[in-house]
Amino acid sequence: MKRALVARKGWSQQIVFLGPCLLFFLTIVITPFILGFYYSSTDWNGLDLNKAVWTGSANWSRILHDDNFWHSLNFTLRFTVISVVIANILALVLAFLLMGALKTKNVLRTVFFMPNVIGGILLGYIWQFIFTKGFATIGDLTHISFFELPWLGTPNTGFWGLVIVFVWQTAGYMMIIYIASLAGIPKDLIEAAKIDGARPHQLFTSVYVPLIMPAITICLFLTISNAFKMFDLNLSLTKGGPGTSTQSLAYNIYSEALINNRYGLGTAKALLFFAAVSIITITQVLITKRKEVSA
Amino acid sequence: MNVSQYKTKTFVLEVFAILLALLFLAPFYLVLSNSVKTLKEILLDAASFPQIFHWSNYSSVWKMIDFPQAFWNSLQITLLSVLLIVLFSSMAAYQIVRRPTKFNSFVFLLLVSAMIIPFQSLMLQLVRVTSLLELRGELYGIVACYLGFGMPLSVFLFHGFIKTVPLELEEAARVDGSNPYGVFFRIVFPLLMPIMVTVVILNTLWIWNDYLLPVLIIGGNKDLTTLPLAVTKFFGQYTKKWDLALAGLVMAIVPILLFFLSLQRYIVEGVTAGSVKG
Repeated sequence: MKRALVARKGWSQQIVFLGPCLLFFLTIVITPFILGFYYSSTDWNGLDLNKAVWTGSANWSRILHDDNFWHSLNFTLRFTVISVVIANILALVLAFLLMGALKTKNVLRTVFFMPNVIGGILLGYIWQFIFTKGFATIGDLTHISFFELPWLGTPNTGFWGLVIVFVWQTAGYMMIIYIASLAGIPKDLIEAAKIDGARPHQLFTSVYVPLIMPAITICLFLTISNAFKMFDLNLSLTKGGPGTSTQSLAYNIYSEALINNRYGLGTAKALLFFAAVSIITITQVLITKRKEVSA
Repeated sequence: MNVSQYKTKTFVLEVFAILLALLFLAPFYLVLSNSVKTLKEILLDAASFPQIFHWSNYSSVWKMIDFPQAFWNSLQITLLSVLLIVLFSSMAAYQIVRRPTKFNSFVFLLLVSAMIIPFQSLMLQLVRVTSLLELRGELYGIVACYLGFGMPLSVFLFHGFIKTVPLELEEAARVDGSNPYGVFFRIVFPLLMPIMVTVVILNTLWIWNDYLLPVLIIGGNKDLTTLPLAVTKFFGQYTKKWDLALAGLVMAIVPILLFFLSLQRYIVEGVTAGSVKG
């Protein structure tokens, strides 16, 4: 009798505490995700679901021959590798700079972090202005060819434009993580290495890097998944153009569904996208985790 | 000798860092200074300091996008979502930590794995689900979506923190006759303050800045337009009204920038805590 009461109490507590979270999570995230497996094999046009006909593997074979899709995958991979490397190197440089005795370090940390609090969509618009008007004016005044390039007008410069903005946005965030990690390194360890005669580059590769490996794991994870999933910035800065030359995977899926009204095909692409994101980020975390040591 | 050498080196580094920071700030300067110019002045010379300040750009934009309304919409959506995320995810995390049944551990695993799913992988089906449930175009609809998407990371952060809260405190309260809800809300909840700050900040930043979800969920309902949505109006394919567009950009950026500058210390700490645990 008493046990039954306790058990019932346990149930009501389980429902009160976990219920709301589960309700929203299952409705908003899990249900749509599972539905995706069904829709990806239909010709759903986004309007009437009852008319969505099961087409088996038609979407998948269509993706195989979809040049745009493969182009955007290629673009996204290139973009991810290049911007992740640059953003993390810059972030590490900034972290080392602002670790030391600089008088202005607190203000500077704030400045470098600032682009991060503004959404990607607005950052893209800001830079659309900088690239098309700001750079053009500076180019006219100084005749430095860097500023005279048609920044958003060619596939190549558009690519680098996106890299510049991504790095500008991300480096400050990663800098904060690296600073926190560097601050946790015991001073005597560095001293000991210096006394043993370690040169600066040895100090960096043999002492600092192994000790901040957990931060490297996190920063790589965050930058890789953000770069691979880039959408807002792409939409507001280049709109995938010129043509579809700077179209990221996320943007390709969006335009397939919402502009071409091919929701079924879009869902199939979205599933592939999910698979790619998972494989890449999990592999990275496994590799860098293995390199972590404890001080 | 050694000391002076050190000082020169630091000074050089300091100058270098400041120059780099100015370079980082240049885009903001260009946007700000051009937002008070006439269109003609912008097109002629986008680099010069404005000769006369044309505040009329701002008043035009204020009316064109109905700034107070858009601001209020963004504020309402963000506040409601963040408050409920904090409440629901802390309760869920508490239950998962304190009652680690097989089911609860599975729920936790599910939440954590869901963090990998990119938004694009479920947005089309989400549009469908939210239409069926009549959530589209409604304030509570978009808030429900943010709850769903905000839950995984928030539960994860609370989970890690609650594990470090000593059980003795709760047992003492139980002995004193408090019920489980009393224990949570009076004893545990206040103790979660440090991680709560992190959860609030991380969720506020992304929800306030979010673009795609509002487009999909409230796109049709003009009365709910958020600030980022309102500003996109000025960036149609053929319009190049930079004077208005830049003023609109500044107005969209200022609120979140003020939020950041006033809570800067907590934000930097919160972001660090969030990422190290994430």
